[in-house]
Amino acid sequence: MPLAVELVSPERTLFSGDATMVRARTVGGGDIAFLAGHAPFVGALAISTVEISLAEGGSEKAAVHGGFIEVSDDHVKILSDLAEMASTIDVERARKAQEKAQAAVQNGDDDEAIAALARASARLVTVEGFH
Amino acid sequence: MAGGQERILRRRIKSVESTKKITRAMELIAATRVVKAQDRASSARPYSDEITSVIVDLLRAGAAKEHPLLRDNPDANTAAFVVITSDRGMCGGYNTNVLRLAERAIETARAEGREYSIIAVGKKALKHFRFRGLTVDAEFEGVTDQPVYDNARDIAATIRRRYETGQLASVDLAYTRFLSAGTQQAVLRRFLPLEVPEVTEADGPSADLEYEPSPTGILNEILPRYLESRLFSALLDASASEHASRQRAMKAATENAEELKTTLSRIMNRARQDSITTEIMEIVGGAEAMSADKGSAHELIPSHLEPAHAFPVHLDRTDHTPSIH
Repeated sequence: MPLAVELVSPERTLFSGDATMVRARTVGGGDIAFLAGHAPFVGALAISTVEISLAEGGSEKAAVHGGFIEVSDDHVKILSDLAEMASTIDVERARKAQEKAQAAVQNGDDDEAIAALARASARLVTVEGFH
Repeated sequence: MAGGQERILRRRIKSVESTKKITRAMELIAATRVVKAQDRASSARPYSDEITSVIVDLLRAGAAKEHPLLRDNPDANTAAFVVITSDRGMCGGYNTNVLRLAERAIETARAEGREYSIIAVGKKALKHFRFRGLTVDAEFEGVTDQPVYDNARDIAATIRRRYETGQLASVDLAYTRFLSAGTQQAVLRRFLPLEVPEVTEADGPSADLEYEPSPTGILNEILPRYLESRLFSALLDASASEHASRQRAMKAATENAEELKTTLSRIMNRARQDSITTEIMEIVGGAEAMSADKGSAHELIPSHLEPAHAFPVHLDRTDHTPSIH
C-alpha cells in the first residue's frame, strides 16, 4: 500500500500523490525515512531537502525551509511555510545567494545570514543531489 | 443660445461616457480578482487545516501550554487592534463598515480604562485613524489588493514581538469576512492570546505518536506558524471582500452613468429640437414674408409712397396686405 503524500505551503498545495518512501530531515539533524505502515509521527523539519519516491517510479525533491511533517495511517503531510519543488528552483540565483550569505557569515555571524546560507544550500542540494 | 446649450450637453455626455467605460473596466477587473482571491483562499485552506489538526494532536499528547502566545499577560493594559481595510476607495461601504466596528471596540477599551494600540493594514485605516487623532503604531500598505504569505508573516511578527514581551493584553482583528459574492460582513475576532481547541483525554488515542523533538518543542515551533496562517486567511478573506464590494460599487456606478447619459441625451435632443424649431420658424417667417412681398406688385412700392400717403384726403386705402413688421 503506498503512502499518500501531501506537500502543503501556506499559499497552495505543491505536491499531492502516492509514494513508496518519503525522506526528510528533522531539526535534530538526523534524516528520517517513512515507508508504508510507519508509526504515527510528528516532527519539526530542518532547512533541508525532502525526497519523495513516487509509487510509479522516479522521485520528486523539494527544498523546505523549516516546517512540519505528520505521518499517520499511511498519510504523510508536510507543512512548510516556504517550500520549493526542485523544478522551480533557480540554480543561478541560489548559487549567488549562497556566495553572498557565505561572505556575510564570515564577516559576522548574525542569525539572518546563517539562515540565508542554510536556505541557499538546501536549494542547491535539492537540485544537484549532493548530500 | 440654444445651440450653445446643446454643445455643453454633448460635452457632458461624452465625459459621462468615458467615466462609464472606466467604471465598467474596474468592475470587470474586480470580478476577476474576487475569483482569484477565493481560489487562493481555498488553496490556503489545506495548510491552515493541517496546522490546526497537528496542534490538536500535540495537545492530546500532553504538550505544555506554556508558550508566550497562549498565556495571558496580566500586567499589560494595552488592547491592540489590527484593522484590515483597502488602500483605495471606490468600494462602497467596505471600509466604513470595518472602521466603524473597530472604532467602537477601541472606544469600549478606552472606556474600560485600557490603552489602545492600532495596527493599520491598508491606507484607508491609517488615514481614518490619523484623521480622528488616534495614534497608529504600525502600518502596512500595498497588502490587501493581493496578499501574499510574506505580508502575513511581517504583520504577525510585529504583533508577536509585542505580545511575547508582555506589552499587549490582547490583540483583536477587525476585518471583513467573505460570506458570498453578495454578502460580506465586518467582524471583530480575538486573535491573541491564541485560543486553542480544548482537548480532553477521551478524544482519542495519541499516546503512541512519536515526536521529534518533544511535543512541547514542536508546539512552540508551530504556534507562530498558526498565527501567521490565521492572519493570512483573514487577509485573503478581506481581499476577496474588498474586490466583491468594489465590483458591486462599480456596477452601480456604471448603471448610474448609463442612466445619466439617457437623461442628458433626452435634454440635449429637446434643446436641439427647440433650436431647430426656432430656426424653422424664422425661415418660414422669412420665406413667407419674402413670398408675400413678391406676391403683389404694388407691395414693392413702399407703403409710404402709396398715393394714400401722398393724397390722404382724396384716396381710400384699399390695400390690406399684412405687413411683416
